[in-house]
Amino acid sequence: MIWRVEIKQKAGVFDAAGAGIQKDIVDLGVNSVHRVEVIQIYNIEGSISEEQVTRVCRELFVDGITQEYACCKLNEWRAADLKAAGGRSPLRPIGSLREGPDGQSEPVGRAIEIAHNPGVMDPVEESALKGIRDLGIANVQAVRRARRYLLYGSIPAQELETITNKVLSNKLIQHVVADPSKQKTFLVSNPKEKFELVRVDLLGAADKKLKALSHDRQLFLNFDEMKAIQAHFKELGRNPTDCELETIAQTWSEHCYHKTFRGDIRYKEHGKSKTKLIRNLLKSTIVKATKEINKSWCVSVFHDNAGVIKFDEDTHVCFKVETHNHPSALEPFGGANTGVGGVIRDILGTGLGAKPVCGTDVFCFAPPDMDFAELPAGTLHPKRIMKGVVSGVRDYGNKMGIPTVNGAIVFDKRFVGNPLVYCGNVGLLPKGRVRKKARKGDLIVVVGGKTGRDGIHGATFSSGELTEESEVVSSGAVQIGDPIQEKKVLDALMQARDKNLYTAITDCGAGGLSSAVGEMGSKLGARVDLDKVPLKYQGLNYDEIWISESQERMVLSVPPCNWKALREIFAGENVEAAALGEFTGRKRLELFFKGRQVCDLDMAFLHDGVPKITKEAYWRSPKLGQPRLPKTVDLNVKLREVLSHYNVCSKESVIRQYDHEVQGTSVIKPLVGARCDGPSDASVLAPRLGSNKGIAIANGINVRYGMIDPFWMAASCIDEAVRQIIAVGGDIRQIAILDNFCWGNPDKPDRLGGLVRAAEGCYKAAVSYKVPFISGKDSLYNEYTQNGKSLAIPGTLLISAIGIIKDVTKTVTMDFKNPGNLIYCVGTTYDELGGSIYLDTSGFLGNTVPKVNFQQGNKIFTAVSKAVQSGLVRSLHDCSEGGLGVALAEMAFSGGYGATARLDKVPYRGKDRRNDTVLFSESNSRLIVEVEPRHQKKFERLFRGVACAVMGVVDQTPGLVVYGLNGEVCVHSTLDVLKQAWQRPLQG
Amino acid sequence: MGRGQVKVIVLRTAGTNCDAEAAFAFENCGAQVRAVHINQFFDGRSRLHDGHILVIPGGFTYGDDIGSGRILANELRLRLGEDLGRFIGDGKLMLGICNGFQVMVKAGILPGPLDAQPGKGHDSFFPREEPAGAQTATLTDNDSGKFEDRWCHLKTEGKSVWTGGLGDVVYFPVAHAEGKFIPHSRDVLAKLRDNGQVAFRYCNPQGGKPSYPENPNGSVDDIAGITDKTGRILGLMPHPERHFLFTQHPCWTRLSLPAGKAGPNGKHGHGAKIFANGVQYVQKHLL
Repeated sequence: MIWRVEIKQKAGVFDAAGAGIQKDIVDLGVNSVHRVEVIQIYNIEGSISEEQVTRVCRELFVDGITQEYACCKLNEWRAADLKAAGGRSPLRPIGSLREGPDGQSEPVGRAIEIAHNPGVMDPVEESALKGIRDLGIANVQAVRRARRYLLYGSIPAQELETITNKVLSNKLIQHVVADPSKQKTFLVSNPKEKFELVRVDLLGAADKKLKALSHDRQLFLNFDEMKAIQAHFKELGRNPTDCELETIAQTWSEHCYHKTFRGDIRYKEHGKSKTKLIRNLLKSTIVKATKEINKSWCVSVFHDNAGVIKFDEDTHVCFKVETHNHPSALEPFGGANTGVGGVIRDILGTGLGAKPVCGTDVFCFAPPDMDFAELPAGTLHPKRIMKGVVSGVRDYGNKMGIPTVNGAIVFDKRFVGNPLVYCGNVGLLPKGRVRKKARKGDLIVVVGGKTGRDGIHGATFSSGELTEESEVVSSGAVQIGDPIQEKKVLDALMQARDKNLYTAITDCGAGGLSSAVGEMGSKLGARVDLDKVPLKYQGLNYDEIWISESQERMVLSVPPCNWKALREIFAGENVEAAALGEFTGRKRLELFFKGRQVCDLDMAFLHDGVPKITKEAYWRSPKLGQPRLPKTVDLNVKLREVLSHYNVCSKESVIRQYDHEVQGTSVIKPLVGARCDGPSDASVLAPRLGSNKGIAIANGINVRYGMIDPFWMAASCIDEAVRQIIAVGGDIRQIAILDNFCWGNPDKPDRLGGLVRAAEGCYKAAVSYKVPFISGKDSLYNEYTQNGKSLAIPGTLLISAIGIIKDVTKTVTMDFKNPGNLIYCVGTTYDELGGSIYLDTSGFLGNTVPKVNFQQGNKIFTAVSKAVQSGLVRSLHDCSEGGLGVALAEMAFSGGYGATARLDKVPYRGKDRRNDTVLFSESNSRLIVEVEPRHQKKFERLFRGVACAVMGVVDQTPGLVVYGLNGEVCVHSTLDVLKQAWQRPLQG
Repeated sequence: MGRGQVKVIVLRTAGTNCDAEAAFAFENCGAQVRAVHINQFFDGRSRLHDGHILVIPGGFTYGDDIGSGRILANELRLRLGEDLGRFIGDGKLMLGICNGFQVMVKAGILPGPLDAQPGKGHDSFFPREEPAGAQTATLTDNDSGKFEDRWCHLKTEGKSVWTGGLGDVVYFPVAHAEGKFIPHSRDVLAKLRDNGQVAFRYCNPQGGKPSYPENPNGSVDDIAGITDKTGRILGLMPHPERHFLFTQHPCWTRLSLPAGKAGPNGKHGHGAKIFANGVQYVQKHLL
């Protein structure tokens, strides 16, 4: 039997969900809906009496103070009665109902009910089942949720459809319930026919068939790879099973194997006759830099889930940033949600398990005010993507209790089909827990969530381009996370780690068990009984179990003598743990299902059999002119425009949704200043409560520079990330960085040419600053194909930096502190408006991309660190997007004090002596420093030989006055006006 | 746990996540702290009776699925009700922060009985009767409709053992989506006030009437935290454990660092007094 329970807010109680949806509808440009009411629906299936249902409602589902409810047997719910009830439910509310005066007066315009598709996991339903059991009611088999939206107003059918598709539901995971009473059962069952082992005819396949096979089975393997597999099985004299083929496709996927970065590249620059052969781009740039820099505090770089560096006497810190772009394009909430969950598992799987201490998230979207008419077919509006992504990050991070402390959002039209979602996480790892090695005879144990049909083909899916059909064929690749499950895994895992109960660990991410077990057993070989994997529902096939990307799972290798103790720890936290098989020492991957072998692969072939590929890369500088803007432009207006640019403006409405203080470790928060609303350069935390040792986290990203030259984009990103750590009081000798490339299709020579140039820029900047890369990631094929035309994202590099802070009580923030203090400009400003926000506000890109003078940069960063350590600095802010103008304005309105500044005092080198160039050029390695007059001499002594000058003074009056190069006033504005310009664009 | 020690139990379950900082705060005030998973109370491996102070820390217990704190509240009520009743009856202390406060309110532990019940006092209380009658207030969706992390000024009121000497206005962060306090009726609100059970109200920086976001969630009468009638059980949405240290203050770089070393990093923050009060009360009355 199924009972239907409907719950709504009592009249007069604010309906937050309804109000939020109404606002989203208005944002769509639909004005016919003036109010939305949300009705929560629980369908309870099982043999349960009316009395019991009433108890479940009153003691579990309904808050009697704010809500009222109604219930009935589902088959007695009559859609036909809806009309009589004015569009509301025909059910009469039960409970202490107090009808509001407007309660029944206004007819409902439209009512629409939305539920999750069968098989989509909903953690709330699990909790509801538990809650019902807690009440002593045992016979409930399933709880399924739905939401009914009552839309008030006169709403045309077409608008209803728009609202349904663009606000209320995402058809990938949800559907409209036409008549709820038609539902016979909510139990997910997959009455699979008898188990049958499938072999794929590869031996007899002609070349054309091979290509078709890769496509039809969503393997995303290229022709050479298919040939290599064919050759391998020809040697064996048999056809592969479907499971074997899937395993190879997953292991060899770009996502898991990084073929582009590890393969050979023939690189040619326009105008040069020589073609350069690059063997392994990663090793010849990123890894090479780290080797040459050779920092003694690098503990584990590149080969584990995350990079590990020394923190204090008995702890290391590890850092990893991942991307989750493709899923976020299709289902932003779920995509970002599982992105965060995934990178946290990376940290849990680093060494023998690190404890996550903070997160950082960076997004690239199309502008939120983009016209709907400009959207390519099949894409979601950037505003919706942004809202979903932010919610997804918020949900997972907050529920895990991991502070999200830093981030950035970059807006550019070319991200419309392909938004980027970078999720990063930092963990603490005890010193003796870095090395891991599975041993022969160890049990293969999976812990955490159960396995379902979620995310089948995620790894291979993200190794191809998105198309209009992506949302249909790859719907399995979208999942919703369960952060509480992962939190339980974390809680149990830390106990098991500290008792030394396992020898190795890895996360189940893309590629699922196939990837995790395959990787852990690559040297030893593994044997797995797929029947032993805990399943969400029956009916999964063996290959589905093997490659499913169900979230919140980790794989451990456990010596048999520790199995009981380990299982008890996990049971104590209500986490499932199952032994699936063992690491054998036979160097084969052997899988069994219902007693039959379904996979028997040679580990050597699986991991080393990928045919080497050579890709072509070609670089040609884009032909760009340098625009000439009229000299007469009003810089007051321009400063406000630059402050209001989406890339510059305040992100407070996003930051506040993240718990950035949980764990009690925050020292410099993302929002600082007199009113806690200024933009901090980097976040600082003291991750071990009671200790003053800290870490600083920052990110450097700028896609506009890359449109001019990816080499200098890379160098600028590194300069920016490092500079931001310096700006809170970090030390350049104690900074490590991560690279994260999101690029278009690397099989296209022009795209790959840019990528090579960016990687070379990375090498140059890292070596020059002696900041080693400790980990990295690449996500390629970020293109969206529509009508045969490909839209590529701008080549995007994210540099994430982590700095070790000796004493957090010496760190500084960017807000002006006291009137009368001197304002120093440190570093040289050049005529480098190319790629600047200033030019962008006039619709130009320009060509004078900011370069980096590494020698100067080194001196500047070292001197600034010394000044901070000596207590000479009251505030400190880096100059990045928007240049000096933005930096000064931000320091002033964050501190609540004005400033007077003179552009003729700014160290400047360039032919073009123009106020706008000095004010808005985005030259690297520059910082603004506030110093008390009594420290002037001491401060200046530290900066001998470095471009550094007093450019102004902090004022009591809340205004910004800037004198131009000829002594004329070029900016004169109140702080309120500037702050409003900066706060308004993304406010709430 | 040795004799003469103040023993604090930090209750943990799926989704608890502010346990470490709550434990740190009490430890720093000299208490012995154990974080105990609720399963250990269910299977008898741990006993509530062994502690003097029970803390329900912040987090998202069971994901706040269905309603914030609801499932843990039911577990406490249905499975640990008797032990909890005895714990409260013994005159021991409880502190619920954020999600812990939501749990206490939904389990009916706070505000607890509002009327004088001669001969039956608060001590013998635990709401085992009809639960709808036991819950006399709730914490629900913020008026802003979203989760917000921000710092708030709070006016202290009442005479709770937890809040003595705290000063008129304190500054703590909130981080929640469901913190709007709504009493069941005007009568409940009046009694809370008359009984001195309101411990904290949101206020503006000067201590006056707040507007949004000074009152971050739209709580009725700006109520941020309440106690039971005895003042020994305190629940509040803001996080005092996140202002335990000086450097947790969002504007500490604008304030001068004191010369004396009072706390682990220079100086304690406003929240430290609350934890110290709890520990001192136990030392004075329960040891």
